[in-house]
Amino acid sequence: MAEDDKDMVTLTEAQKKARRSRSLAIAVALGVLVIVFYVATIAKYGPAILNKAM
Amino acid sequence: MALVENGGGYEDGRFRVSEATAGDFVALLKPRVMSLVVFTAFVGLLAAPVAPNPLIAVIAILSIAVGAGASGALNMWYDADIDAVMTRTAARPVPSGKVLPGEALIFGLVLSALSVMTLGVLVNWLAASLLAFTIFFYAVIYTMWLKRSTPQNIVIGGAAGAFPPMIGWAAATGSLSLESVILFLVIFLWTPPHFWALALFKCEDYARAGIPMMPNVVGEASTRRQIFAYSLVVAPVAVLPWLLGYTTAFYGVTAILLGAGFLYYAWKVLIMADADRAMRPAKALFGYSLLYLFAIFAAYLGDAVYERAAGLAGI
Repeated sequence: MAEDDKDMVTLTEAQKKARRSRSLAIAVALGVLVIVFYVATIAKYGPAILNKAM
Repeated sequence: MALVENGGGYEDGRFRVSEATAGDFVALLKPRVMSLVVFTAFVGLLAAPVAPNPLIAVIAILSIAVGAGASGALNMWYDADIDAVMTRTAARPVPSGKVLPGEALIFGLVLSALSVMTLGVLVNWLAASLLAFTIFFYAVIYTMWLKRSTPQNIVIGGAAGAFPPMIGWAAATGSLSLESVILFLVIFLWTPPHFWALALFKCEDYARAGIPMMPNVVGEASTRRQIFAYSLVVAPVAVLPWLLGYTTAFYGVTAILLGAGFLYYAWKVLIMADADRAMRPAKALFGYSLLYLFAIFAAYLGDAVYERAAGLAGI
């Protein structure tokens, strides 16, 4: 698709600021989710998680 | 510049880009309601006879909090039309235009799925099933069906707010028990007098929004009698855990005193004059009911912590 065909809008400062705020929140939430699953896996299974038949 | 397909929506034929901040999405989670959910779930989790791994307990509470918030977001998405005409709710993110309806819906659905899956995978599937049912009950049964169709809306819908201690208990034990059902009943029976006290002094708001709250349908006098009737039931039910031997006398005496206070405030509402438009007794009961629920569960928590500490010390 050519660049001219794209439906573009120019964001206002308020919209840019709001988008930054949302992006940051999503990044933090995803980071927390990764940490939660990592820590929970260790807490729930312990060293047994590494005990896999090769 | 931004491609319009990202994060926007059409309104009146014109494209609109969202100006919602992260704070607006946090407001969609109804943080104040969430705090009560977290607290009661935490009490259910800690009152259970099995001590869960602390990390797993934190994850359980986090999942329950997010699930409760998700159901709040779905509620705000669906109720935006009536929220807009009520003074108490007009400033919420969707009716105020800060968050687009589609954003609220997707936010609620994604968080619902995420919270249930996390609780199921990392804690247990009984707790996850209860959380999923609670979200469904609040968003679909209460919000979409009961709220606009019957004055019993908050009586039946109150079950959604009553499940968290059972979910907490299930998260700790992987099962349910009579004790957890009693905790459920305390919140379930507390809900009608709490919300009807609010409905009495917000009667015009609800009428404008067309919501069939009890005072709008059967009148204030009948609502006041029903508030007192429910208070007569919830006060003794809250004492049951002591009578059944689940707690010490500390909780029992606290529940009796708090219940007596609840009955006093409900009695003041019962004898409130029809001409009383300031409705101070109703406002006082509404405030006290919040304190009551918090104090009952705090006493339960204190009791559970004491018993656990005494058990560890071999007393």
